[in-house]
Amino acid sequence: MSRSAKRLAIPLAVLFCAVAGVASATNDFEGIGRTATPAELKAWDIDVRPDFAGLPPGKGSVEEGEQLWVERCSSCHGDFGDANHVFPPLIGNTTDEDIKTGRVAALTRGGVTRTTIMKMPTVSTLWDFINRAMPWDRPKSLKTNEVYAVLAYLLNLANIVPYDFELSNENMAWVQSRMPNRNAMTMDHGLWDINGKPDTHNTACMHNCDRDEEITSSLPDFAKAAHGELMKQNREYGAIRGTRTMPEEGDDAEKAKESAMPGDILSANGCTACHAVDQKLVGPGFRQVSEKYQDLPGKVDHLKSRIRNGGSGTWGNIPMPPQPQLSEEDLGTLARWIADGAKP
Amino acid sequence: MSGEQDRPGRLRRAPESFLTGDFLQEVKEEGFNEQRRNWMRKAFAVAAAGVAGTGLARAAEQAAGGGFVGDPNILELPPWSTSLGKPVAARGYGMPSEYEMNLMRRESPGLASVKQASVAFTPLQGLFGIITPSGLHFERHHQGWVDIDPSRHRFMINGLVKNPKVYTMDDLMRMPSVSRIHFIECGANTAMEWGNVAVPTVQYTHGMLSCSEYTGVPLKVLLDDCGIDMKKAKYLLAEGADGSSLTRTISLERGLDDAIVAYGMNGEMMRPENGYPLRLVVPGVQGVSWVKWLRRIEVGDKRYGAKDETSGYADLMPDGTMREYTSIQEAKSVITSPSGGQTLLDKGYYNVTGLAWSGRGKVKRVDVSFDGGNNWQTARLETPILSKALTRFNIGWKWDGQPAILQSRVIDETGFVQPTYSQLRAVRGSGSVYHNNAIQSWKVAESGEVSNVQVS
Repeated sequence: MSRSAKRLAIPLAVLFCAVAGVASATNDFEGIGRTATPAELKAWDIDVRPDFAGLPPGKGSVEEGEQLWVERCSSCHGDFGDANHVFPPLIGNTTDEDIKTGRVAALTRGGVTRTTIMKMPTVSTLWDFINRAMPWDRPKSLKTNEVYAVLAYLLNLANIVPYDFELSNENMAWVQSRMPNRNAMTMDHGLWDINGKPDTHNTACMHNCDRDEEITSSLPDFAKAAHGELMKQNREYGAIRGTRTMPEEGDDAEKAKESAMPGDILSANGCTACHAVDQKLVGPGFRQVSEKYQDLPGKVDHLKSRIRNGGSGTWGNIPMPPQPQLSEEDLGTLARWIADGAKP
Repeated sequence: MSGEQDRPGRLRRAPESFLTGDFLQEVKEEGFNEQRRNWMRKAFAVAAAGVAGTGLARAAEQAAGGGFVGDPNILELPPWSTSLGKPVAARGYGMPSEYEMNLMRRESPGLASVKQASVAFTPLQGLFGIITPSGLHFERHHQGWVDIDPSRHRFMINGLVKNPKVYTMDDLMRMPSVSRIHFIECGANTAMEWGNVAVPTVQYTHGMLSCSEYTGVPLKVLLDDCGIDMKKAKYLLAEGADGSSLTRTISLERGLDDAIVAYGMNGEMMRPENGYPLRLVVPGVQGVSWVKWLRRIEVGDKRYGAKDETSGYADLMPDGTMREYTSIQEAKSVITSPSGGQTLLDKGYYNVTGLAWSGRGKVKRVDVSFDGGNNWQTARLETPILSKALTRFNIGWKWDGQPAILQSRVIDETGFVQPTYSQLRAVRGSGSVYHNNAIQSWKVAESGEVSNVQVS
């Protein structure tokens, strides 16, 4: 290439790049994505706002709700929505006075269990959440009228509506005017806007800051091991070590592990939501089951079938759901553990 | 010896007489043989159990006196120096060394009774730098995690837009992408400490915190592509595709600023526990707004009153009012090592290290105190120092064996100084669950044991 051609080539290259640059910076995404169809929007746009935008028409009575509640909800939330064994209680600690004022007085007192209904300002939220996320293991399985009915029962438990009430899209606004904590919410804080005003104004004192060094709170000795062996939660080499919090494991510990409760399987499959080891929760304790079938020939296979298929009648009327998701191996482990006495 | 055990500044003094005089005499006269080497190794191991420290090795050397020939780890070549290593791709997806299995995501016992609605905390006590390994990213699920088939995943934008659209992963991954490093902190991080000290280690006090490089499409690009109605639009709703279909109102300003519809995390696809294949990243805002398994964004003109901004994730104030839609994570810092549940082995030099971050921008400075907040020294900030990302700080400290209280205090680029517990509680009381960004104190006892404390 001649010297003059070279001189010419450089500006041309710059020009070419500039043009290519403009072309690549386009935001013309033709052919990428497509318009959502009305049916698709209807299927997914399920949110219900506090102004009831998005609330589908329908109705359900407290009485209908009670029946559904016992079948679909009570195993986790208790018959009266006040159970605490799986989730924090939904109902409790609100008063008729709270319904009048729209402020739950118990929220200003320490040591009170904070139930959902104490905090919840908006009835739309309850409808929206039951509809999208409940029941726990079968979300979105309730029909519209069933959502109204279940919510009606819940509202009756909190004395917001009477027992002969039928909740519908027509009277949701009236219910809203009785929500016990409807007037407690505030946007007067600095944590929504990125330039919001902070609550605190510490200064960066560097020397002789006159801080009271007194320790006001520390972990009691008995609680140190509550999170297990901390030595085993740190590297066992390097600048520091984890603090030993448990006695050293010996052979006994290894042996105990072999027949130990298959905790991972139990929790991964939600078993412990309804069953404890040695007491009845919603369903029987594992120990009770073990004792019942102690002398049954082929008890492992029997237990496998009962776990896999679920059912009701043996231990009461609350049905145990079938467990199709369990692998054959996990199913066997569970059945053998129960057959062996369900040792914790 | 018994009196020596209580000497400040030492976990336990190394036993000086674990090598007997006879043994040392034999070594002196006849040198090491295989039998004596094995015996010495065993003696090392026995003495090390319960002490396990570099101080011990030194003490053992001294104890061996003139008879000490050298460290068996040097004198005798270990198997890895004298054998063939493993082949490439022996593990198609690499894993940490088997010696690193102590650092795991862990639950805090008693926090939740159902593991599908629980938390697993990141082991901050053992991590370096600012990037959280994806396998150690904290987990918080509301109804369990799911592993979605990406070819069947759809993302929809609807509401106040000219053209509501559906995108496949194919579509999204064709669009312009950005890669940015940001922290994510659960609004309930440090929740258990509002009233008093409740948990022993930084994993449980601060471990709902992670930091990753996220890759995806800026949300603004997608909102523009659908023709967002900027005259009417005020809020966004983000919704997940999992069973809980968690929803959360997002500030339109945050959504248009630096939010990302992200599929990538630390160079690979997002992990299922973190929202595979699609998650909304809202830098500076609490984790619950980073909706996982993202299926839909709705553009609206009113707030949505979702469960996790009304009964949950609303901050209870002492007068019974509840702050709703709290979102921004204010500046916060914590010393990750030495920290609660750890033990210093000996007096002398330590590299005190920790993390600082702010949901309002960059970290400007971190000060560290070794006397419970009376005197402070400015720590060294490591690079990169990025907006709304974790920043690593380090400072050298020579422990004199006396009790000490370690604290860190961040100042962000807005000039905000991380508050003390008394300052924070003076406004918010101690009954809240969310947004606890108070200065953390770690007490170092004479024994070297570090524990979680609060000072007035």
